[in-house]
Amino acid sequence: MDTQVLVYIIVGATFALYIGIAIWSRAGSTSEYYVASKGVHPIANGMATGADWMSAASFISMAGIISFVGRDGSVYLMGWTGGYVLLAMCLAPYLRKFGKFTVPEFVGERYYSQAARMVAVVCVIFISFTYVAGQMRGVGIVFSRYLEVDINLGVMIGMGIVFIYAVLGGMKGITYTQVAQYCVMILAYMIPAIFISILVTGNPIPQIGFGDTVQGTDTYLLDKLNQISIDLGFAEYTSGSKSTIDTFAITLALMVGTAGLPHVIVRFFTVPKVSDARLSAGWALLFIAILYTTAPAVASFARLNLVQTVNNAEYQQLPGWFQNWENAGLLAWQDKNGDGKIQYSAGAAFAGKPDFASDQRGASGERMLTNAPTEGANELYVDRDIMVLANPEIAQLPGWVVALIAAGGLAAALSTAAGLLLVISTSISHDLLKSNLMPNISEKQELLAARIAAAAAIAVAGYFGINPPGFVAQVVAFAFGLAAASFFPAIIMGIFYKRMNKEGAIAGMLTGLIFTFSYIVYFKFVNPAANTPEHWWFGISPEGIGTLGMVFNFVVSTVVAKMTAEPPAHIQDLVEDIRVPRGAVAPVAGH
Amino acid sequence: MSSEKASAKAAYWRANLKLLFTLLTIWFVVSYGCGILFVDALDTIKIGGFPLGFWFAQQGSIYTFVVLIFVYVWRMNKLDRKHDVHEE
Repeated sequence: MDTQVLVYIIVGATFALYIGIAIWSRAGSTSEYYVASKGVHPIANGMATGADWMSAASFISMAGIISFVGRDGSVYLMGWTGGYVLLAMCLAPYLRKFGKFTVPEFVGERYYSQAARMVAVVCVIFISFTYVAGQMRGVGIVFSRYLEVDINLGVMIGMGIVFIYAVLGGMKGITYTQVAQYCVMILAYMIPAIFISILVTGNPIPQIGFGDTVQGTDTYLLDKLNQISIDLGFAEYTSGSKSTIDTFAITLALMVGTAGLPHVIVRFFTVPKVSDARLSAGWALLFIAILYTTAPAVASFARLNLVQTVNNAEYQQLPGWFQNWENAGLLAWQDKNGDGKIQYSAGAAFAGKPDFASDQRGASGERMLTNAPTEGANELYVDRDIMVLANPEIAQLPGWVVALIAAGGLAAALSTAAGLLLVISTSISHDLLKSNLMPNISEKQELLAARIAAAAAIAVAGYFGINPPGFVAQVVAFAFGLAAASFFPAIIMGIFYKRMNKEGAIAGMLTGLIFTFSYIVYFKFVNPAANTPEHWWFGISPEGIGTLGMVFNFVVSTVVAKMTAEPPAHIQDLVEDIRVPRGAVAPVAGH
Repeated sequence: MSSEKASAKAAYWRANLKLLFTLLTIWFVVSYGCGILFVDALDTIKIGGFPLGFWFAQQGSIYTFVVLIFVYVWRMNKLDRKHDVHEE
């Protein structure tokens, strides 16, 4: 069967499945809408957390990034998994015992302050929107390439699907849809990875395969990649080029940021017991680790396949996928020396992103570019995202595998988008309206408000998907940096330091937030030219600065807390209470 | 709250913190130690095609994280029962 038809069948079938689950599990109360009535089994919650967590960035972009930066990509692998250890041991069980609906609710009650709660609400909404815009864009890219629809129409279809199951189903609908999406996503990732591992190394387990020898030779794959990288002028694949302190800071900021991300934390409110919260963090990380340990293997196979297929190949002899991705704008070739062959090496082929001259074709039939060529010998532009998306085609796998990748990419983007949208709508209906602006609304009205907020949030996210602000890629550093510098210390000290009071927590959060925010804004927007190691504080890049913000937060809040009155007795009792598992109950609706 | 009950709770909390400290030390040593700080030394050792420091950074640390959480779950469940604070 034609690949295109297969894509329609597989993607259509998965969409039908998601909508079916949403209708079956739609929410009737605020407790069902916010936290699925706290009745989710730990394994199911682990899968849902995995799908919630692994976004289009994990599924599509991560292996591609590692493919190009090799060793330096480890910061994402460790940073985006290690946070679960902190979550399981320092946050999840205690927040579950606390037994409420949202992260701002914990901050507000523990620090007996509406102001603290409002600071938290603003952070939650900002972090979640930053994240969700990227997801919608991911949906659009997958649609435009695989279903050959316009990118904007793709975003709108994605919005429609998320609308149905997030607005109808709330947390309950989202949870069970995410379980299905996890299964689709992991199959879509593993099947091509296993095929390619066999093709390249003869070993069916990718995690072991990329430490193996290349099929038919005695050379280890990684040694071969090192050799190729050096020959083409890149850095050695297994050696990093980032400084140790920056690697350290970025990894820590990503870990702590992960543990502080509201849409991840809220998943641990959905299980029945405190011990289930611990256990489900373990399952979540296990399910995430399957993809995360495969990603670096895929990265190395893809790198080898790409270089071997395109370098010094004649454009007209290249397989069909090259033109498909060229048409999608993710590959571009500028025949600088006019020999009709692709020369690939380190350095940019031309200045900036490819800007195609509408319909013009060059001497070999390639899409013409208006970009000014650079001095270097490199003629090829490769968007990192295609390393996962085009990998099955590059490795010449059958059409249904290609179709599966499309369904998997969509599952990854949609599941994360839905989780984020739920957090946004909950913050608005529960933390802003019910507890602050309109405390007298009934549960039914609150539920309606949550649904309207979710619908509005989808519209805003869709708008950003269709008109992506140029800074989407740059603001991702914000989400983790701000979560690391604000929520994480406030929650940790709320549990582990009984003496921490309102004054300390607010001072700490504001210090962490303002410092991290200013540092990122300065280097990313105000003075991007200075964004180089010699200008960074202690050599820490904006991506890793959340680590320093977190340290400031801890220091400032501890000092301020020592100088001000200790928290009231009932708050100290609350802290005593959340430290002990016994007595965890499902929360009552409202308050 | 009776003082006996309070000191029982305090003992549970101390045992919890001790376990936490042990596990987080392993967490730190494996990821930040083996994966970042000591990589140059570890990379001189090769296992199959993997330089060891590279393997810890891209594989070993993740496996360790998973094991750590399940060990934590197991030990905490035991601790909850021992101190009689487990859920019904």
